[in-house]
Amino acid sequence: MTRYWRTLLAAGLALATAGCTRKPAPAAALKPTGFGAALVESSGGKQAGAIGTALAQPVIVQVNDEQGTAVAGALVSFTGPVGVGFDPASGLTDSSGQLSTNVALGSMSGRYQLIAHTATKAQKPVELKIEEIALGYQEQLGFQLNNKYCASCHDPESTPERVSNYDNLEVKPHPFTEGDTLNKISDDDLTAIIGHGGPALNRSALMPPYGYTLSKAEIEALISYIRVVSDPPYRPAGLVYARK
Amino acid sequence: MSAQGIKRWLRRNVLASPVHRFGWASLLLLIALAVAPTKDFFNEWRHYQRKYRKFISTRPDSAALQHHFTGGIQQVWLPELGVVDRCTTCHVAVTEKNLQNAAYVPEPFRAHPPVGHNVKDWGCAICHRGQGPATEVAEAHSTTHAWEEPILPARYLESSCGQCHRDSLTGTPQLNLGRNLLGRYGCVHCHSIKLADGSAVQPTDDPPSLAHIADKTTREWIYAWLKDPQSYAVSATMPNYKLTDEDARDISAFLMANSTPVEGDTAPISGGKAVDPAAGASLYGLSFCASCHAVQNAAGNVVGGDVGPELTKIGSKVKPEWLQVWLRNPRIYAPETAMPHYRFTEPQVSLLTAYLGNKTDTDLLANVHLDAATPEQIAHGKRLATEYGCAACHEINGIKKPDNFAPELTRIGSKPLVQISFLPGMKHSTPDYIATKIRQPRAFGSGTKMPQYSLAPAQIDALTTALLALTDRAHDLPFALTVPAKAPSNYQPAGKAGKLMADLACFSCHAINGRGGDMAPDLTWEGSSVQRPWLQAFLKNPGTLRPALIRRMPQFNLSESDINELTDYIMTVYQTPAFDRDAFAGGSFAGGAMPAEVEQGRQLFYSKYGCQGCHIVDTKADKGYVGPTLTQVGSRLTAAWIYHWLKNPQSLQPGTLEPNRNMSDEDAHALTAFLMTQKGSGKQGAKK
Repeated sequence: MTRYWRTLLAAGLALATAGCTRKPAPAAALKPTGFGAALVESSGGKQAGAIGTALAQPVIVQVNDEQGTAVAGALVSFTGPVGVGFDPASGLTDSSGQLSTNVALGSMSGRYQLIAHTATKAQKPVELKIEEIALGYQEQLGFQLNNKYCASCHDPESTPERVSNYDNLEVKPHPFTEGDTLNKISDDDLTAIIGHGGPALNRSALMPPYGYTLSKAEIEALISYIRVVSDPPYRPAGLVYARK
Repeated sequence: MSAQGIKRWLRRNVLASPVHRFGWASLLLLIALAVAPTKDFFNEWRHYQRKYRKFISTRPDSAALQHHFTGGIQQVWLPELGVVDRCTTCHVAVTEKNLQNAAYVPEPFRAHPPVGHNVKDWGCAICHRGQGPATEVAEAHSTTHAWEEPILPARYLESSCGQCHRDSLTGTPQLNLGRNLLGRYGCVHCHSIKLADGSAVQPTDDPPSLAHIADKTTREWIYAWLKDPQSYAVSATMPNYKLTDEDARDISAFLMANSTPVEGDTAPISGGKAVDPAAGASLYGLSFCASCHAVQNAAGNVVGGDVGPELTKIGSKVKPEWLQVWLRNPRIYAPETAMPHYRFTEPQVSLLTAYLGNKTDTDLLANVHLDAATPEQIAHGKRLATEYGCAACHEINGIKKPDNFAPELTRIGSKPLVQISFLPGMKHSTPDYIATKIRQPRAFGSGTKMPQYSLAPAQIDALTTALLALTDRAHDLPFALTVPAKAPSNYQPAGKAGKLMADLACFSCHAINGRGGDMAPDLTWEGSSVQRPWLQAFLKNPGTLRPALIRRMPQFNLSESDINELTDYIMTVYQTPAFDRDAFAGGSFAGGAMPAEVEQGRQLFYSKYGCQGCHIVDTKADKGYVGPTLTQVGSRLTAAWIYHWLKNPQSLQPGTLEPNRNMSDEDAHALTAFLMTQKGSGKQGAKK
C-alpha cells in the first residue's frame, strides 16, 4: 500500500516539475561565449507569408559590439505574439556574428512584431524589433495577383527574374507600401482606379483598367493586399457611435 | 443523527400518510426532471450566446446585429458531403462583415475573413476539420476518444481546398507547390498516389537511366554522389541514403560492372587543343544553357533554371568523351531527354566540352580511393540496390522496377492514428506525423528505408499540405461535387516536323495544345499570329522580343530545309478557328494605310491607352519594359491577330498580362493601322 502511494507521489511530483519546466530556459543549455552591444537585422524582415506557414526566407540577425564589429557566440533568443513559431527559438551567433531562424507566423492575418533579444556583458538586455506580415486567404490571393499584374510597375525593386518598369514610367506609380498616400484613398476609389484605370480619378493613363480582366473578387483581394502591406499600417475607419 | 434517528424522522415526516408519501415522491420526481433542463441551461454554447448578446449590446450597430442573430443550436447540413456542422452555434457571427477586426472583436465572435465560399452555406468543419456536430469547445476542437480529427493547424489549411479542387488554385500556392513537389522530388516513384478520377500522380523528375552509367562517369564520382548527393550539387533532388562506406563502395561497384556501353558514346575526344575559356563562357551564355541549368556562384547562390541538372561541378562528374558526344547529340545517350539537340558545330562542341570540363571541385573526389571491385562486392551491391529500391526511380540493368515499393499514400490524410507509430514525445496527430516523417525519416528507426531529403521548411509544409489533402472524403466525393483537374495533354505534332520538334525538344519550353513547358510563349495559335518571313528569320537567328528578359530562344544552327519544314507546319497547323489570319491582308493595312487612321492610332497609343507604359515603338522616346517591343510588330504579326488581340487578349491567350481594354472596333482598327506601320528596318526584323 505504501509503495502504491509512494509511486503516486513520485508521479505527481514528476508531473508538477514537468509542468513548471514546460518552457525550458534555453539559456541553461546554451552558454554565451561572446557579448554584444547592439542587434541589427541582416535579412528576413518585412516578409509577407501565408498565415501559419514558414516564411520563405529565414530571419537573420547580427550581434555587434560597441565598435560595430560582429560578435560570435552571443546568445540570441526570439519571441513573438501568440502562434508564432521559431526554429530555433534561440541560439549562439556564428563566426560572422549572425543567427538565422525559420519563422512560422500565427493563424491571424496582419502584422506580427517579432523581438530578438540578447544581453550585454553587464546583463543589460538588448532588443531588436522585426516586423513580418501574415497573409490570410484574401490577401494571399491579392499577393499572387500583385506579383502577376502590378509588381512590374508598382514595385521599384528589380530581381533577376523581373526587371522593374518603375524607372521607365513618366508618371511614377505608388509602391503599395506607400501608406502615407494609399491609406488616404478609400476602398471605393481604389476599386475605381483598378477597374477603370488612372483617368477614372484624373490620374495617369499609364495605369490601364483591369475591370475587364479581373473579377470583382480579385480586385477586392488586391485591395486587401495593398492594405495589409502599407506602411504606416492602414487603419480602416471605425464605426461611428450615434448620439442617443 | 443515528441511523435509528433517521428512520424515526422519515417515518414521522415523510412516510406519515399516503398524502405525505405522494408529496415527497412528487418533489423528488420534480427535482429529477429538472436535472436535464438545468444542465442544458448551463451549456457552453448558451454561455457564448449570452456573452455575444451582451457584447453586441455595447455596439452602435447592435440593432442590426441583434436582428441577424438567431438563438439556439445552429446547424449546417451537407448530406452529399456527410457534414453536420454546428460550429455557428458558438461562432454566431461568422458572416457579420462588421465584426472582422481582430483588435475589437473577441473570439468566438469574430467574423470569418473573406474566402471564396460563403461560410454560411458550407460551415466550418469542412475546411477546418474538427468535430462538426459537437457543441462543446473541447469536443469540437480537439481529439477525443470518439473523434480523432482535431482542428487542422492553420499552416496546413490549404489541404482542405485540395479535397474538392483537384486543379491548382490561385489562392492556394502552398498546396500547388506541395503537389508539384510530389512529382518533382519523385515521391511517387516509390509511394503510389491514386486519385479519385482513377489516375495517379505522375513523377516529373525524370531520374537518369543507370544502364550505361560507366560511359558517363567514374566509379569514384558515383561513390561520392551516393555518400552525399548535395556535396556535389546543392540543388540535387536525390536524397541521402546515409550509406556506410562499404555499402557505397559495393553499390558503385555493381553499377559500374552492370553498365552496358552505348555505341559511339566513347569516341576519343577530338580537338584537344587548349581553348580560350572566355570563348567557352560566352558560348555557354549565347546558347542559354542557364535557362535550364543552374550554377552555384561565389556567393553560394544557385543561379539558373531547374529543368536540367546543376552544372557547378560537372567537370568532376562526366568523362570528357561522353560530354562531347552528349553535346553533339544528347539523344544518342538518352532518347527522351528534355535537352534539345543543339546542332553545335565541331569547334563549338570542343569549346563547350573544355569549358564545362573545367568546372571541377578538386576536393570532391580527393579522398575517394577505391580498389578494384570483387565479385562478392558486386553481388552485395546488387542486393543493396534492390533493397534500397534504386530501380524504383532509375533504370538499372538486371533489376526490375519494384511495384509499390513503399506504402501507398492514396488516403494518408485520413490514416487512423492507431495505425501510426509515433516517436516518443511527439504530438499524436496526422499532420505532425507526416511533417516529421518527411523531415527526418530515419528518426523512425534505423530500419527505415526512406532516405533523408534536403527540403527547406516551406517545402516540407507544402508537401505535408498536399498529403493531408488525400483524405477519405477527397477520394469518395461524388465526381459532380469536385472541381476536376485539367486532363493532361499528350499532344504530338505529326510527320517530319513533329520529329524535328521532338529532336529540338520544343516542348521543354513551349506549350502547344496544352502540352509543354511555360518558359517560352504558348505556340498553339502561332500560325495565326506571326508572318511567315518573320518566323523564318527568327528560327534562323532568334532574337528576344522583350527588352528586360534575360532568357531567349537559343540558336539551333538549323538547316534551310529544317526551317522551311517547321515554318510550313506552324503556319498551316497552329491556326485559331476564331478568325481568318488573312482577313485584313490587302485592304487598308497592306501598303499605304490611310494616313489619317494611322495618326489616330498613334494618338490612341500614346494618350488614351498609354501603351508606351509597357511597350516600345519609338526606341528613343518609349521605355516600356513589360510587354514585347513593338518596333517591328508590323513585319512580325498579322493585322488580324493584332486587331483581335486588342479586342480581347485573354481570348487568344488565357492568362496573358495585357489587360482587356474593352476597346471599340474603331479604336482597335486605328491602333492596328498604326502598329502595322511599325516595320522596323529590314535587318532588325531578323536580328534585333
